[in-house]
Amino acid sequence: FDQEKKIKNRESFSFWIPSQSNVCCPFKLTLSSLIVARVEHLSPPAKMKIMVAVKRVIDYAVKIRVKPDKSGVETQNVKMSMNPFCEIALEEALRIKEAGLASEVVAVTIGPKQSIDTLRTGLAMGADRGIHVEATGDLFPLAVAKLFKALVEIEKPGLIILGKQAIDNDCNQTGQMVAGLLGWPQGTFASKVVLDKEKQEVMVDREVDGGLETVCLNLPAVITTDLRLNQPRYATLPNIMKAKSKPVKKYTPEELNVGTKSDLEVVEITEPPKRKAGVLVSSVDELIDKLRNEAHVI
Amino acid sequence: MNRLVSFRSKSRIGTTPCSSSFYARLLGSSIDASRTRSTANASDSLATVSRCSSLVPARTLTGSSLFGSRNGSSARLSNLTGHGGSQGVARRFCSDAAAERESMEYDVVIVGAGPAGLSAAIRLKQLCGEKGVDLSVCVVEKGAEVGAHIISGNVFEPRALDELLPEWEKEEAPISVSVSSDKFWFLTKDRAFSLPSPFDNKNNYVISLSQLVRWMGSKAEEYGVEIYPGFAASEILCDDNGSVIGIGTNDMGVAKNGSKKENFQRGVALKGVSLAFSGNKMIQCCFMRAIKLAGRVTLFAEGCRGSLSEKIIKKYHLREKRNAQHQTYALGIKEVWEIDESKHQPGAVIHTLGWPLDQKTYGGSFLYHMSERQVAIGLVVALNYKNPYLSPYEEFQKLKHHPAIKPILEDGTVIQYGARTLNEGGIQSVPYPVFPGGAIIGCSAGFLNVPKIKGTHTAMKSGMRYLLHVLAITVFVLLSGIPASSSFCINEYKKKESQNVRSKELSIKSFLCFCNCPGMLAAEAAFGTLLEGSNLDSYWTTLQNSWVWEELHKARNYRPAFDHGFIPGMAISAVEHYLFRGKSPFTLKHGKPDHEATNVARSHSPIEYPKPDGVLSFDVPTSLHRSNTNHDHDQPAHLKLRDPEMPTQVNLPEYDGPESRYCPARVYEYVPEESGQLKLQINAQNCLHCKACDIKDPKQNIEWTVPEGGGGPGYSVM
Repeated sequence: FDQEKKIKNRESFSFWIPSQSNVCCPFKLTLSSLIVARVEHLSPPAKMKIMVAVKRVIDYAVKIRVKPDKSGVETQNVKMSMNPFCEIALEEALRIKEAGLASEVVAVTIGPKQSIDTLRTGLAMGADRGIHVEATGDLFPLAVAKLFKALVEIEKPGLIILGKQAIDNDCNQTGQMVAGLLGWPQGTFASKVVLDKEKQEVMVDREVDGGLETVCLNLPAVITTDLRLNQPRYATLPNIMKAKSKPVKKYTPEELNVGTKSDLEVVEITEPPKRKAGVLVSSVDELIDKLRNEAHVI
Repeated sequence: MNRLVSFRSKSRIGTTPCSSSFYARLLGSSIDASRTRSTANASDSLATVSRCSSLVPARTLTGSSLFGSRNGSSARLSNLTGHGGSQGVARRFCSDAAAERESMEYDVVIVGAGPAGLSAAIRLKQLCGEKGVDLSVCVVEKGAEVGAHIISGNVFEPRALDELLPEWEKEEAPISVSVSSDKFWFLTKDRAFSLPSPFDNKNNYVISLSQLVRWMGSKAEEYGVEIYPGFAASEILCDDNGSVIGIGTNDMGVAKNGSKKENFQRGVALKGVSLAFSGNKMIQCCFMRAIKLAGRVTLFAEGCRGSLSEKIIKKYHLREKRNAQHQTYALGIKEVWEIDESKHQPGAVIHTLGWPLDQKTYGGSFLYHMSERQVAIGLVVALNYKNPYLSPYEEFQKLKHHPAIKPILEDGTVIQYGARTLNEGGIQSVPYPVFPGGAIIGCSAGFLNVPKIKGTHTAMKSGMRYLLHVLAITVFVLLSGIPASSSFCINEYKKKESQNVRSKELSIKSFLCFCNCPGMLAAEAAFGTLLEGSNLDSYWTTLQNSWVWEELHKARNYRPAFDHGFIPGMAISAVEHYLFRGKSPFTLKHGKPDHEATNVARSHSPIEYPKPDGVLSFDVPTSLHRSNTNHDHDQPAHLKLRDPEMPTQVNLPEYDGPESRYCPARVYEYVPEESGQLKLQINAQNCLHCKACDIKDPKQNIEWTVPEGGGGPGYSVM
């Protein structure tokens, strides 16, 4: 859209000058059109910003315990780390930046005070800046998407990459909701992302039930990453140290004018029922009897 | 006397943007232009490149930031090992791949964020604050977070913590449950006999050491210590003289077959380098190449049977230095249960002897009531047991069925499981803890008080003790400006050397006034050997004068007494405790090393262990799941066999594969191949990092090396 605009301007410019019937105008025209062309060539490729969402969740290797009062999962004294899908998202953003197609990667996290640790990990992996929206309490995907929209209006990124779902709630909704609120195209469950800067579009291979689907999205777009997209890099010691000095901007939901009150309420959380031991039956009659009277399936 | 040298500005740690740009200039064209494309500023030009296979090939930056520009232009990776002039070369302790590592410099590098390591770090920062100096301290920890690999009983004696952080109560340390009762039982199969408790736990607390260490970690960070969990120290770096200059972290992203994966990351070299006194940068730069350093410090606080510590002990013959015996060990297996409110008595402490272990096997169990309805229960089995069919894990499961213990655990759930070896050698086995370039502190040296079964407070104290002297030496190095003052310093120091620590502190204060320009040239030549000599002796001397030594000395005879059997052991212990009260004239020696103590299989018969019932006792995979253990699957096995044929040729036929029984994580399994032959399969992913295999393998064939950082158990309440 911007490029089209620029071309239109140039054309109108070229038509406008001669009407002034100045002798020097043709010369001016060529020079200015050259300059415009020059500027055009330099500016677009480097300017795109990528925004990546990262979430602080319970580490995937930890054995989960339900709190005795069934109100939630035990999170005290439990190891937390970055959501694995968010790591993949960040890795993809960093690769796009290193390929020269983006100028900046901004990592965003929405959560309590300790989420800053996850953000620092993201910065250590290579993100340039961090944004921390400090919000306590359980946040449901719609609230997160709304906060994201507010941040997008401030930051104006060209691409948003999120993990397909968070491993603590497995909602798989935030990415899609962000795209819906912004009115942007979305490529979810991405297993391959190819950005085309010139055409301002991105080709995404999606892992769907039937196989792989390739979609072409106009930028700006929302992508959510699936497992096979890439292998995230390790944060090295020197990078961890450098990450301490990278800037992190803090917001609160009030500052962004977003209400985080949810229409959903978690009533109870229980462990799945323990698997009962299998029973060996000795005859077909016994099997039928059990199926009819115990399992009630026939 | 070639040594490494480095200057840094006092206020910044590691590679600062300004110094990095300086290094970049020095290195000249060695940095690949395509790499700098992705990063704009000079500081990033030293950053390790990403491993994207689609982009520039994976390559680490030349680690020659220390070595100046002598070979800058030719500083390709493979040529980096030779450096010109009078500078030392960082030689690998265990030579490895040609690729150099990036290096980061600190004044003190501590391996292991446990009680000893963190105490040392905090004490150092406290001393820095007192004296007005600034030293950079870095702690590397192989666990995914601080406290992830910490497991201990634990009844905590706050003596060392009172000295380190006297305000621990106000600062909400996780120490809240004081010992309310102290019971000592002798168990037989069906009964429990109460015996008089030999312990005095009156002012002690029942804690979770993992939580305490996590708290200490946050305190250390408040003091400015840099803690890096998830980085495993795998190599010791030495210079030409053979003194240790630092450690190198593990390469990450190596596939099972040894090839580099997409996200390969070369390890980083962490060098303990003494800092120059802050002055103006120009002088620093000038001296960067010329000045040799004194007082580099690397501390090893890896815990019992630390992999690097063992290498150091062997290399510098630290046991021979003081005629110490070999270390003896025990394997502790522990579970934390959440039990019924009615059965929970916070602060109740129970120790048992006897069943399920027989008379020839030393060991016992513990049951401590912690806070929040949690109970820690565990079994400790000495690893010099003779029967190769013994399985400490199964014995522990048996223990839980005992009629005195079962009622406590009934209706409870297991929260976590873990295992770790611990030292039982006491004072007879402590090696000389200082070596050129650093020291070994904590359980890596072995300060556990066996009869008290407490090692945390002695470990912390050993860490604290060392740092006083590190600081003294480092400060002296800083202070010498002009030769006159340096010789004065030397004389003063020599005078004070024989006196105790306190006076050394005072002498530091008087010398501080001498600091002027950071002309280190004169200092180093004079101080070199002097400092090294005094460094070694003074730590050893003060350690021997401290309460740690006193305590261990009193406790030295209890454990070796049991080598003669259970009854003699109890008798001698009683005599020691009630009659001599630790002042006995003799010192008993340990018997055979643990691995030699195993008898051959044919002199014993297999033990039939009961099947787990899923309520009180469990099978190994279920327990393992509770330890939150995980390693990246696609990495080389970190348990290396020195002779790959030995398991099938010696371990299996002669000892019937004891490793499949003593390993609490079922790492070792003998599985039949297609030909029907049994072959050893190593499930390295299960490893709990307990080091039992490194200790107990009969021919010492198994070598425990450190896997990729961030793996291993994830203890949070252990």
